[in-house]
Amino acid sequence: MKGKFCAAVISAVVLLFMLHGLAVSEEGFPKFTTTKPPFTEGIFPCTSCHAAMPPNKEKRVLGFHTEIQLRHGDNWCLNCHDAANRDMLHLASGELVPFDKLYQVCGQCHGNILRDWRIGIHGKRVGYWNGDKTYSLCVNCHNPHSPKFKPLKPLPVPAGPTEIMKVKGSVPVTIEEKKIYIPQYDK
Amino acid sequence: MKRRDFIKSAAIGLGGLLMPADKSDASLWETFFQKYFREMTPEEKKSVAKRLEKEYKDKTGVSIDIKTNEALPRVKFGYGLDLSRCIGCRRCVYACVTENNLSRKPQVQYITVLEFKSGEKWVSDLEESRKYYEHETVPEPGHFYMPVQCQQCDRPPCVKVCPTGATWKEPDGIVVVDYNWCIGCRYCMAACPYGARKFNWADPQVPPEQFNPNTHYLGNRPKFKGHVEKCTFCIQRTRENPGRYPACVEICPVGARKFGNLLDPESEISQCIETKRVFRLKEELNTNPSFYYFFSL
Repeated sequence: MKGKFCAAVISAVVLLFMLHGLAVSEEGFPKFTTTKPPFTEGIFPCTSCHAAMPPNKEKRVLGFHTEIQLRHGDNWCLNCHDAANRDMLHLASGELVPFDKLYQVCGQCHGNILRDWRIGIHGKRVGYWNGDKTYSLCVNCHNPHSPKFKPLKPLPVPAGPTEIMKVKGSVPVTIEEKKIYIPQYDK
Repeated sequence: MKRRDFIKSAAIGLGGLLMPADKSDASLWETFFQKYFREMTPEEKKSVAKRLEKEYKDKTGVSIDIKTNEALPRVKFGYGLDLSRCIGCRRCVYACVTENNLSRKPQVQYITVLEFKSGEKWVSDLEESRKYYEHETVPEPGHFYMPVQCQQCDRPPCVKVCPTGATWKEPDGIVVVDYNWCIGCRYCMAACPYGARKFNWADPQVPPEQFNPNTHYLGNRPKFKGHVEKCTFCIQRTRENPGRYPACVEICPVGARKFGNLLDPESEISQCIETKRVFRLKEELNTNPSFYYFFSL
């Protein structure tokens, strides 16, 4: 009896410690504010359409959402989206996750990336190096349905040593809401 | 007339004759007799900044702010660049040009993005790299990219060779240039193993409407012909309190650039050094850079 009681107390203490550990890591997760997921206008909440539709869990090619080209994992919506609660995502365990904490979903497969993101090595932070900063969520840079980066057009080539005076002027371009000036060459 | 008085008045007269007749105003005198920046009191620094602000306003009609704030205590800046992420898009180059009021004509750029073929000899021999690559899109398959800018060395060879002391290392680790003290001998350019220092071959032109009015005396203030300049980790941004990230960090579309305080173990750069494989460019030269390249993959 005494042994059983001791075992129960020890397991309760261990469980408490584990729960505490989880709480701490969850608390320290987005240490600063994160950006909002870039939903297509009018698409969220998903239940505005899906509430009236019975969920079909069969893996198939969809008749709707045809603009989405799914090239991620084994290409099935319900791997991440939840069939019962369309406004949430879910983990492999079935636990629901809101869209603004979707890094938990991504981190299930990309654990090393999530670890780097938490400490600021992966992804982008803007703001203040010694103050408030904003983390970009995974989906602010990667399209979750096709996460590989698409190639970009590079900005103009620099002038060679003999051509530094052959600049016609500089014109603004807007990149991520920032205005930067690029050269226009005579040639 | 005493001999001494004669020499005195002759010297003053000669000095007066040497001043350009069309510009013999108080500003020119003050410029000519400006003290060494590191020996100035905070008030003297402010008054120099005021004079430069007025000069720019008189010239262009645009008001700017020139700050002279000092390094923050217990801060040593470090920079990280993730070579496994950089795609060579050159956004950092032009974000830097815009933020730091770099001359548009003649063209001056602090950041050089180098392109290498995969498998090519590189760190030990940058001669094989291409600076003037032109592609429809980047990254070009089978290539990788390495942006190079001032490495803010802890043993800076450029500072060692400067004959006038116009360049020095600040307590927060930034190597700065006083453009008013630089004589344009370009010894520092020859000494720098990273090609990070740039020379204004002609009067630098920045359209006033494109001029970033938030400036620092040791950073992006108006510059002139015949002196050397370089990356200052955007001193006008990073020395604010709280300090903003440098412009190149914020524009990078792939988040390859990391910046922070090396003395803070929680900062991004400290975490990079702690957890990733980092290296510093041309380490064998013992320049001890504060700029760390790393691979996150």
